Amino acid sequence: MPIRRKKIEEEFFKSIMLMATLIIITALALIIISILYKGLPSLSWEMISQTPKGGFYFGKEGGILNAIIGSVYLSIGSTMLAFLVSLPVALYMNVYLTKHAKIVNIIRFFLDLLWGVPSIVYGAFGFSIMIYFGMRTSLLAGIVTVTLFIIPIMIRSMDEVIKTIPKGLLETSFSLGSTKSETAYRIYLKQCVPGVITAILLSFGRAIGDAASILFTAGYTDSIPTSLTQPSATLPLSIFFQLSSPIPEVQNRAYASATILTCFILIISISARYFSKLFNKNKISL
Amino acid sequence: MGNFFNINRILRAKIHHSWMVIALIIVIIIPFAIAVCLYYKSGILIKETSVLHFLFSKDWRPMHEKFGLAPFIVSSLWVTVLAVLFSGPVCLLTGIFLTQYTRKRFLEMMHPVIDILAGIPSVIYGVWGILLIVPFVSKYLAPLLHISTSGYNILSGAIVLSVMIIPFILNILIEVFQTIPEELKEASLSLGATKWETIKFVMLKKAFPGIISALGLGVSRAFGETIAVLMVVGNVVQIPKGVFQAGYPLPALIANNYGEMLSIPKYDAALMLAALVLFTVVLIFNLFSRLLIVRMEKNN
Repeated sequence: MPIRRKKIEEEFFKSIMLMATLIIITALALIIISILYKGLPSLSWEMISQTPKGGFYFGKEGGILNAIIGSVYLSIGSTMLAFLVSLPVALYMNVYLTKHAKIVNIIRFFLDLLWGVPSIVYGAFGFSIMIYFGMRTSLLAGIVTVTLFIIPIMIRSMDEVIKTIPKGLLETSFSLGSTKSETAYRIYLKQCVPGVITAILLSFGRAIGDAASILFTAGYTDSIPTSLTQPSATLPLSIFFQLSSPIPEVQNRAYASATILTCFILIISISARYFSKLFNKNKISL
Repeated sequence: MGNFFNINRILRAKIHHSWMVIALIIVIIIPFAIAVCLYYKSGILIKETSVLHFLFSKDWRPMHEKFGLAPFIVSSLWVTVLAVLFSGPVCLLTGIFLTQYTRKRFLEMMHPVIDILAGIPSVIYGVWGILLIVPFVSKYLAPLLHISTSGYNILSGAIVLSVMIIPFILNILIEVFQTIPEELKEASLSLGATKWETIKFVMLKKAFPGIISALGLGVSRAFGETIAVLMVVGNVVQIPKGVFQAGYPLPALIANNYGEMLSIPKYDAALMLAALVLFTVVLIFNLFSRLLIVRMEKNN
């Protein structure tokens, strides 16, 4: 092939590659712009400060405070619960099992598999467990289901951070006489705080945005839950339900609720990024 | 005193150790618990007739105790395959571009874009689909082909899905392209090949298993996606014969019917069987994709 034709071919592919990249950027821009464009005009202080009043679902007054608070309760609860399980596992893999690389790799592989399980499957599972124990849809059932769903995400993100810590630190800490748990929690954890925060934020974002797993477990109600056994409204479901209404005012409020959820997610993403940068900046290399 | 602290430290180490092991066991048990639970719950159906009967039967009339899952499985296949067909080439081109033709700075600028795409909740994708994709399909795309449709169809579902799975495919592709040894490319370049030839004949060949596994992960993601697809795909029980027909994928079936099925035990079992099918298919695709990646990393 003459060199000129090679050149043309390369330039051609370079330009469609650039186009592909631009398509992805445009897709993201379109999502955010279209949500904000439709949602911002209907967004009002009333929406975020009030619970639904009578006739709310026919376009009368009220807001979605119940869903916002419910979502925050649900995500904080499940993130905390998942943290209790995830941090020990991530530390165990990187401090206790350092000599068994094979086992650690198997656990990682296993978690990656779990990460892929769709949230609707967790939802169906959570629902069955709930029925089995004779519980009704409640904040607690929602929290447990979402916890199961975010555990693999949290462990793997923490693990990715913790595994970058050099072995030298482990040996130094042991040689100074600290126990394994002290090395794990006092040395390793301290070194990884920003990275661990990133992992927590990512899982929190997953928890607040997921709808399929809580569809049958958290229930839906117009009031703010006051105990774990009460059902709870959530933002994703409030968007989903309001959007299926034929009344334009209610649909507009769905767009406004979508704007609120999108803002939550954007804030979470940006702060997760910030902490991950902070971690990379302070990373030690022995 | 010193002795006391020592005992205390050892005790604490022991407590920490046991909690770590318990936590790990909990995590390992979860998927098995899910599998056993779904299998057990779908038991009354499978006991009487073989699973294959339900997978291939088109007859879905829950009130008459007919639970053929074929319409849902076929719909799921349609949206999944289309989504990966749309998304795959775009991600492949972008992945090559970002790792081979741009500076590191640009790749770092793209990372937030990928992260945010991955972080956007599925319900937001659904809202976006209703706002933009559904009108686009019904008002612009379908009239071009002289078809009239509400826009709530397989194609809309596949377009929304294809955007949703971009971050998952692209992240793996970038990782795969970055693990290709630099020496390999240098050898090809020094033999007089152009950069594009090197990419085409050397890098893509070497990265082939990685590319397949990235697409495999995309498939498993797309197959299980629920709310976003459910909002735009139309939800009509039928075996779709074209992309402009409404479909009813498996996850949507579970999500839409869960509340009402409790009164009929067999209905409950059928939905659990659907969840089991979903779980199994996703795990299989995940397993093979991940195995390919592991093997590729070992070879490099």
